[in-house]
Order: sequence, then C-alpha cells, then structure tokens
Amino acid sequence: MMEVLSMGGYGSFVWSAYGLTIIVLAVCIIGGRMGHTKTINDVRRRIRTMEVKS
Amino acid sequence: MKPRQQRMLAVGLTVAGIAIAALLTLQAFKENMMFFVEISEVEKGNYPDDRNFRVGGLVVEGSVQRAPGDLTVAFDLTDLTSKLTVNYAGILPDLFREGQGIVAHGRLNDSGTFIADEVLAKHDENYMPPEVADSLAKAAAAQEAISKQDEK
Amino acid sequence: MWKFFHKLASPPHFYQFAGKVVPWFAFTAIACIGYGGYAGLFVAPADYQQGDAFRIIYVHVPAAYLSMMGYSIMAISAGIGLIWRIKLSHAVTAAAAPLGAWFTFLALATGSIWGKPMWGTWWEWGDPRLTSELLLLFLYIGYMALRASIDDIAKADKASAVLALVGAVNVPIIHYSVEWWSSLHQGPTLVREGGPGMVSDMLYPLLAMILGFTFLFGALLLGRVRTEVLFRERRAKWVREMLLDDGGTT
Repeated sequence: MMEVLSMGGYGSFVWSAYGLTIIVLAVCIIGGRMGHTKTINDVRRRIRTMEVKS
Repeated sequence: MKPRQQRMLAVGLTVAGIAIAALLTLQAFKENMMFFVEISEVEKGNYPDDRNFRVGGLVVEGSVQRAPGDLTVAFDLTDLTSKLTVNYAGILPDLFREGQGIVAHGRLNDSGTFIADEVLAKHDENYMPPEVADSLAKAAAAQEAISKQDEK
Repeated sequence: MWKFFHKLASPPHFYQFAGKVVPWFAFTAIACIGYGGYAGLFVAPADYQQGDAFRIIYVHVPAAYLSMMGYSIMAISAGIGLIWRIKLSHAVTAAAAPLGAWFTFLALATGSIWGKPMWGTWWEWGDPRLTSELLLLFLYIGYMALRASIDDIAKADKASAVLALVGAVNVPIIHYSVEWWSSLHQGPTLVREGGPGMVSDMLYPLLAMILGFTFLFGALLLGRVRTEVLFRERRAKWVREMLLDDGGTT
C-alpha cells in the first residue's frame, strides 16, 4: 500500500497533480450547477414581480 | 453582395490578416526565439556574448566527471557534430544521465568551457516500461553486431 | 439533418435537448475517467526514464488538449455568431470561456508539477510551449474581462467575438511550438508519423482519459450554455411558462 502511495519517490508530485485536477474539475461542476440554480431563481423572481405589477 | 456574405468576407479577411501578420512576426523573430542554442552554432560563434544563454545537446557517454565531496560536475555536450565541455556546481535533475538530452543555462569562459548556473533535463516523447526499453536496446545492439559482421 | 440543426438553434429546443444530453455525457465521462484514472495510476507500468512521475501525463495531456479545443470551439462559434447572427452561438462562445480558462490553468499547473522532478524546474521563461500556453490563459481572461466591461449583451457578443477570432491564431502556435522552435517540452507522442510512441498498457488509459475529459467538458459546456440561454431569454414566453408551470426543477 505504502509502496503504491510513494510512487517510486514521486508521490508528492503525482498525487498533488491528481488532487489539483479533482479540485479544478469539482469547481467547474459545482460552479456550473450553482450558477444555473441561481439564474433560475433570479429569473423566476423577476417574472413574479413583473406579474404582481401588471 | 448580400450582407451575410459581406460579414463572411470581413471575418475571413480578419482571420487571414491576423494569421499572416503572426506568421511574418514569428518568422522575423525566429532566431531570437530559440529557447537554446545548438552546440555547432556555439562553435561557429553564433551565440550572444553579452548575456547568459542556453545550450542544448546530448551528454556524451563516459564524459561525466564528479568531483568527490562536493556538487561540482563536468561533462561534454554534443549535437553529434560538435562538442562542448560544461562545468556545473549544483543539484542535477533526476533525468540527468549519460546520453540524455539536456539544456544548460550560463556563459562561455575564455577557455571555451561553458560555466552553467542551471542544468535542465529534456525527455523524449516515447514512453515504455524498462523491460521494453531493455529489449529494444538489445535488438539495436544485435542489429549493429550483424551489420558489423556484414562489413567484414 | 438540416431541419434538426435548425430546430436545435432555437433556444427552447436547445434548452430541452441539452438538458437530456448532459446526463449521458456525464455518465460516459465518469466511466472513462474512472477506468483511465485507475489504470493510469495503478495498472500502467512505470516509464523506463521517468518512473512513476510520468503518470501525471494522464491528467496533463487531456487538460492541455481541452484548453486548445475549448478555444477552437470559441473561435468557431464566434465566427458563426458574427456571420449568421445566430444568438445561440454567441451563448456558446460566452459559456466556453471560463471552462477553457480552468482547463488551461490545469494544464499549466500539472505541467509545472511534472516539470519540477523531470526537467528540474517549475517554470522556464522564454520556452515557446510554456509561453504560448500562458498566453492562451491570458486570452481567455481577456475575453471574459472584455465581456464583463460591456453591459449590453448584443454589443458584448460582437466585440468579444472579434477577440475570440483574433486570439485563435495562438492555437496552432501552441501546437507547433515544439516543432518550430527548440523547447524544453518534448514533441507530440500521440499524433505523429509512425503512430503513438507508447506501449498499449500506457496508451489505452490515456485515450480513455482524453475521451472522458472531452465528454466532461461537453457536459459542462452544454450546462453553461443552458444557463446562458435561460438568462438571455428571460423575457421570452417559453421561459415564463417553464419556470411558473413546473415548480422550476429544471
């Protein structure tokens, strides 16, 4: 197990590259979803206020 | 001409113009944009002598001499036509070995030795496990032996 | 065929269609990246020169490929938007920029982490491959900054589309930088004369990762284009009906 993690002495480089990749991809996925939800809520709120006015 | 065709022409001309401008600029600066200088160019004197520069080449087999006790190392670089001796004191990258392509940054001293303050290793675009590399090397050696026999 | 594309370019149809496609893209991406990541880390043999450090290739190459692919998509959709005045293609251009910027950052960062143990340096100023890829990041950021500085969407679309087209000249420069000039970076492994310079145990996980990242990029891009379309069409009848009718789960 430890042998696999050490990656022949390059473990810190290999794992930080993979870790960074997971973080960046997660930011893209979560950011995209949050942006979509926020836009839906904003647009719906805007439509509701317009309807109340008219 | 329809408006859409006009726009098509405008977009096409813009892209073509930028591409040609970029091509000409890159062509003009090609010499200056070399990341490193080849060894044979150094021998011809084609290198900047007012500042540090980089040389690139292969480490000659059997030329690496390490001073005992400190990090000083001397080795020859070649581009298969010319040779250049490099002196360096510092930590070498893991990929530094005889026969490896490397890039050294520094300047030439008066006796024509390159005093490096940084040595970087290049690697090639081939990836394989050690066993495959071994068998390829053996096959190449066998091939060479056969061709030598043929010469005789 | 043309009818399909014509329909797809209409915002409500695109919104529904993309919503259906995204889960399939995401599923394919997870399957490919799951296999490729596992096989790349634990099954593929270590390299004869670089040992286990070469495993960074499985995240670096897909990220670098998509950083250039992302800009190509931007340039093409910007051109289509300028010539045919299709609103949807401007939405695609705008949605692709942040994703492309993140993948470019990832390519630069993983390349740097790879460069330290192998080349002996995190970064070398003046190296053509490194410099042109950094320029790509600045082009993405510049594109987003230009958009952010113009309030009117139609004007922002036009001005930024020109920038997207002009910057496209950098994409072939990145690709050929290692062949035109001397560089610390090695030449291409996969696309070259004589076939890929890799044994199959190393190659298949890499191809799986490239495919997986591409589908993930596709899913993320379609998702962002949906958000963009929804905002741009916020005054349209179909948006009002959709958001008020179904409780807004989509």
